[in-house]
Amino acid sequence: MSTSPTLPAATSFDAWARVQLARHPKRPHALDYIQKLIPGFQEIHGDRCFGDDAAIICGFGLLRERPVMVIGQQKGRDTKQKLVRNFGMPKPEGYRKAMRAMALAEKFGRPVVALLDTPGAYPGLDAEERGQAEAIAYNLREMARLRVPVVSVVIGEGGSGGALALGVANRVYMLENAVYSVISPESCAAIIWRDAKNAERAAAALRITAPDLKALGLIDGIVPEPGEGAHEEPDAATFHLSAVLDKVLGELAAMSADELVRDRYEKFRRMGNFFQE
Amino acid sequence: MSWFTRKQPSLTPDSEEGERKVKTEGLWLKCEGCGQVIWRKGLEENLWLCEKCGYHFKVDAVTRLKQLFDDGDFTEHDAALVSTDPLGFADSKPYGRRLTENRASTGLPDAVICATGRILGRPVEACAMELKFVGGSMGAVVGEKITRAIERAIVARSPVVIVSASGGARMQEGAISLMQMAKVSSALMRLDEAKLPYISILTDPTTGGVTASYAMLGDLNIAEPGALIGFAGPRVIEQAIRQKLPAGFQRSEFLLQHGFLDAVVKRPDLRQYLAQSFDFFCGKYA
Ligand SMILES: [Zn+2]
Repeated sequence: MSTSPTLPAATSFDAWARVQLARHPKRPHALDYIQKLIPGFQEIHGDRCFGDDAAIICGFGLLRERPVMVIGQQKGRDTKQKLVRNFGMPKPEGYRKAMRAMALAEKFGRPVVALLDTPGAYPGLDAEERGQAEAIAYNLREMARLRVPVVSVVIGEGGSGGALALGVANRVYMLENAVYSVISPESCAAIIWRDAKNAERAAAALRITAPDLKALGLIDGIVPEPGEGAHEEPDAATFHLSAVLDKVLGELAAMSADELVRDRYEKFRRMGNFFQE
Repeated sequence: MSWFTRKQPSLTPDSEEGERKVKTEGLWLKCEGCGQVIWRKGLEENLWLCEKCGYHFKVDAVTRLKQLFDDGDFTEHDAALVSTDPLGFADSKPYGRRLTENRASTGLPDAVICATGRILGRPVEACAMELKFVGGSMGAVVGEKITRAIERAIVARSPVVIVSASGGARMQEGAISLMQMAKVSSALMRLDEAKLPYISILTDPTTGGVTASYAMLGDLNIAEPGALIGFAGPRVIEQAIRQKLPAGFQRSEFLLQHGFLDAVVKRPDLRQYLAQSFDFFCGKYA
């Protein structure tokens, strides 16, 4: 059993600066990438049960000649779009739509690419009533079973279980300035210091940056961002993402369905072996 | 049922106020359901249920396993597993010291006990969470112990029971805790493929990443009466929607009504419910 990992020295400035970049108003959202990655992207709607959640986009098309099912958590740009997309906070019907899309991909032997970007699953009355916890839990178990390649990339905010519900993948990547956390820095600070203003300290303590997660063995790699962040040169950011996806999907395409399921299982089975006996 | 009247080991009531009462008043406890003052020994003999109103007092993990298993007998596994504090986390106190203090106060290594025992004669792998250990939160140790329990069940071809009582993933282990949700859920996928039954028992309270992973993945999901069960906690929801939640929201009966529980089962009926279900799932019939 491993003992404590060697984590990169993180200053609270570094972690908090990345939180700001991950939430930057001009940062590319899932659809910005999808439209460039997949010309002629065909969106599919609805969970066949309750409704169509605009905070999660599902659809398919060709990524560098390769057919892929894409799932993306989508935030809005202006006020109206933010409301339509519910600030990127999915409800149960969103997770169920995503699972339907993934099952569809599996049925026809197509790989799945998931772009994670959410402050968290929506903590509202209707979401609870319709089984937010069940929807997330179901995705975790069913993603583990998928017999096609699955690649997840955190492109902005990887907000806890709400992000992980699309994150049980063979390969998990993070954009350089993305964050992935069990709890938002604000909520963590509110619990510890009874004050959300200490979010900066909490961000550092929680170890939520891409280099931190890489050092902890929780992600496979980091997708570089141009300049000061993806928002400065969206085309260059898309190119880096496209190159990584193409390479990884190529590697996974060589694996059998059994190998893919075993590979994914063993990846998460090893995760977080930070205990002693 | 003989186990119903069998004397149970003592339990510490959950609120700090309750603990103080035990020390000062000793033998008497106040029921949170009806306000009646109850003789402690009577409660122990009644599985920690109020005789007057049926209120289910919280029980600790050891008491829970003793109540579930035949003759209160079980063999514990992986008791030596402890966290290495991988992030070197410190809030109001260093996480390492928090762990040491929680070990001392609960007498447990972490927030779950995993054990093999029998329920009405049938061997079962059971895990019981301990709410008093850092809020029953799930970090690397809880994730690993439950995963191992599921793997043991697959090897032994036995059913699994997990009794949840948890505030969710453990903040002090950051994203490592988050990934335990995926790890345990993946193990449950294998249990499912092996066609072995898993019954999830949700008790008061079960929220966050525990509800959003193994607690909702049972072949049957059942809960004790009146348990708080949800993804987001009530305070978080009230802040998000800026209004008070209706009475009974996120309680067992509410979840039953909305289709997320198979049954609300009173504590004295749990063993029979489990045994009958396991008989149906994997009993031998002609
Ligand atoms: Zn009472």
